[in-house]
Amino acid sequence: MTFFFEVLIGGLLSGVLYALVALGFVLIFKASGVFNFAQGAMVFFAALTFVGFTEVLPGWTGLAPGSGAVFWLAFALALSSMIVLGIATEKVVLRPLVNQPPITLFMATIGLTFFVEGVAQGIWGTSVRGLDLGIDDEPVMFLMDNFNMLVSKFDVIAAAIALVLFVTLAILFQYTKVGRALRAVADDHQAALSVGIPLKHIWAIVWGVAGFVALIAGLIWGARNGVQFALTFTALKALPVLILGGFTSVPGAIIGGLIIGASEKLAEVYLGPYVGGGIEGWFPYILAMLFLLVRPEGLFGEKHIDRV
Amino acid sequence: MAREIGDVILDLQNISLRFGGVKALTDISFDVREHEIRAIIGPNGAGKSSMLNVINGVYHPQEGTIVFRGQERREMEPHMAASQGIARTFQNIALFKGMTVLDNIMTGRNLMMKTNFLHHAMFWGPAQREEIEHRKKVEEVIDFLEIQNIRKTPVGRLPYGLQKRVELARALAAEPSLLLLDEPMAGMNVEEKQDMCRFVLDVNDQFGTTIVLIEHDMGVVMDISDRVVVLDYGKKIGDGPPDEVKNDPKVIEAYLGTSH
Amino acid sequence: MLYREAGQFKASYMQDQQIFPIRQDQIGFWAMIAFFFLVVPVIANQYWLQAILIPVLIFSLAALGLNILTGYCGQLSLGSAAFMAVGAFATYNFMLRVDGIPFIAALLLGGLCAAAVGILFGLPSLRIKGFYLAVATLAAQFFIVWVLVKFGWFSNYSTSGVITAQAVTIFGYTFTTPESKYLLTLSIVVVLALLAKNMVRSSTGRKWMAVRDMDVAAEVIGIRLMHTKLQAFAISSFYCGVAGALYAYMYLGTVEPEGFNLDLSFRILFMIIIGGVASILGSFIGAAFIVLLPVFLNIMMHSAIGAFVPANVAANLELIIFGALIIFFLIVEPHGLARLWQLTKEKLRIWPFPH
Repeated sequence: MTFFFEVLIGGLLSGVLYALVALGFVLIFKASGVFNFAQGAMVFFAALTFVGFTEVLPGWTGLAPGSGAVFWLAFALALSSMIVLGIATEKVVLRPLVNQPPITLFMATIGLTFFVEGVAQGIWGTSVRGLDLGIDDEPVMFLMDNFNMLVSKFDVIAAAIALVLFVTLAILFQYTKVGRALRAVADDHQAALSVGIPLKHIWAIVWGVAGFVALIAGLIWGARNGVQFALTFTALKALPVLILGGFTSVPGAIIGGLIIGASEKLAEVYLGPYVGGGIEGWFPYILAMLFLLVRPEGLFGEKHIDRV
Repeated sequence: MAREIGDVILDLQNISLRFGGVKALTDISFDVREHEIRAIIGPNGAGKSSMLNVINGVYHPQEGTIVFRGQERREMEPHMAASQGIARTFQNIALFKGMTVLDNIMTGRNLMMKTNFLHHAMFWGPAQREEIEHRKKVEEVIDFLEIQNIRKTPVGRLPYGLQKRVELARALAAEPSLLLLDEPMAGMNVEEKQDMCRFVLDVNDQFGTTIVLIEHDMGVVMDISDRVVVLDYGKKIGDGPPDEVKNDPKVIEAYLGTSH
Repeated sequence: MLYREAGQFKASYMQDQQIFPIRQDQIGFWAMIAFFFLVVPVIANQYWLQAILIPVLIFSLAALGLNILTGYCGQLSLGSAAFMAVGAFATYNFMLRVDGIPFIAALLLGGLCAAAVGILFGLPSLRIKGFYLAVATLAAQFFIVWVLVKFGWFSNYSTSGVITAQAVTIFGYTFTTPESKYLLTLSIVVVLALLAKNMVRSSTGRKWMAVRDMDVAAEVIGIRLMHTKLQAFAISSFYCGVAGALYAYMYLGTVEPEGFNLDLSFRILFMIIIGGVASILGSFIGAAFIVLLPVFLNIMMHSAIGAFVPANVAANLELIIFGALIIFFLIVEPHGLARLWQLTKEKLRIWPFPH
């Protein structure tokens, strides 16, 4: 039974990280109605840019490698890069495609994925980098001693950071003027525009925030598994989460993330051995697909009525 | 008029339709007789389009029964309604934008085509013979609606009035016995309206097609329809010949009195 | 001046329904066929046949399959490569396990297996649309590759699921030379492309496009959505399956399931975006473009800096250019290169008097 909980907690913790990537999708989908497949590439771009700057900054500025100053400077530069990337995407890719069917925009973001991956590796190279955030990947002693459970401290702290981010964003979007404007934009672009909400401004903010979320996700995932091309696959982890939770719901992203995280780990451990293992790659998709057949609008999505 | 109004072919009894908590239609009953032109009128949001959607199976009413040609049904899919001879046009044009006028109208005949995709893949033989046979029928419809000059044009490039006409052509190509028209003259200028009126009357007259139409232009409705149903807030408030309905105080209050 | 239809009158519907209603197009088409069947095998060297022409033809077929589903029927799929894998592995097993089966029979059976799997993974399209469906097709992509890797039976228990294509013999002739493989591939692809063209210009194609353009209206005129969508999934997967088998038997010789990964699916999607969505010709142009682009880039960079560019730099450049081109085409010419060709022809028809 201890083992079961160990797996469950491990799954839930990684589920929080899936939710973090899914959150980037949800933000952009709400604001611009775009299903941004490039979110995974942006996570990769963010992490690689951060690590790249930590490597080159000591040489440029004379700061000690690994110092706090280098960390925060690299963080600021990576964040700026993400904001620039987001705004450029909005201006160059999405603006000209306004009023196109959503599926066209989706394909454009697949193109963007390739472009961003190419640029990131073109600038910083293709080698795998380590990333140390100063959090040790060791078991939580309290759980080890009292319940004999192996739960990684890194995972707990990472999930905590993600949760703080969720709560902060939720509060910002619920209670601030920008948040209200964002919700208006999500509801109806034209109507929002007509009451004087500066649409372009809102889009820029949302892409900026999505870039920030991508950076956090990139740092956590990068520190866990190394900064490498595989980071782009975090998007593939987030897609079933979105199907479960619905594309427009932040709570949906979180709960979807938890369900996917927990069920894929449990399935791998309890079901995997019977079929040869390695089922983590597709299990969430099949789960999400079966779920769609029952409830096409997702857990928290709105039911859609075709009007003719 | 040459045509004679026949027996009831469509009988709607106590239809109620809800979306979640919103009542779109409440306890509506009326019938449609063979060969007649039946108008449905009412203010915006009265449930007129929902009514048509119920008739051809796009929406499924929670209560009530629909009897079409003696067959009773409650749940029915749109393609089954089509195979029973019900065709329709839409309020917001629902043409296939990526296809030419000819191809759009040809889709109207899909139910009468018997060849399958393997025939089509080979093309030469049964598929081609069938294609030519149906093309002839479609050309008759094209001639009837006077759209010969645009048959190879993609519908997306046509002006609004012509698109409406192509949509009517697609519905007529199916040789329906019951034709549902959702605001066929909306957004047209006077000349286009006159043309469309003439087409509706001709269809009714020449092919004997029963027509149920929704229209906002009272002049048109009073001129061409045999009987009128009046809806307001999803309820039926009037039913009868145009002159009778026009003078019904309830109808005047709900609709005519305020807007005319 | 040569490209003119003046004086060519259509006196019957049969003439009006030809694939190439304009006589010059007919002549052009037959000239192309003659060129690719008779001239190319003589003048092309081994490298061109084996590394360029054969893959272009195979990818054209896969792109054609995706175009049927996505371009004509409007159902976006990100799992084309997985259906190719089904075709390849099914053909391999028919060749392996059925004694004396003719290659063409195994190929067609392989395609049918892919069609069956396509129907299975097309089922969600009945409830969901757009990118929800696209994500659901990813399930096919990951699941199918996983099954082929994990269950050794499919690859006759070879390590990591690698299969080696058996020799292809038809009527006692064994296809070993690049010329013979090229001609066999060309024949199969031309026939299947012709069949596809026939389907899309008849009632089958009209039903697909009706579902794509407005599904509710399609249903109202009596088109059964379920039947039409699943049919598109099946036929599309059949084409992809045959392409996958040719990929193994005519091009690579040895393939592993991982060779049919998501990246390949994306490339096939790119082919139809660049070549032309809902265009048979576009599938060919797109495939040629995507195969030739890296080759062309290499030559360009080689001549520009005088040395061979490191592989990883070239790979990154390729990613950037592919990505930028996709975005460019979606914005500027959503109907791809095929549309540009069509526009050129229309201009030519009325040249030099444009009114």
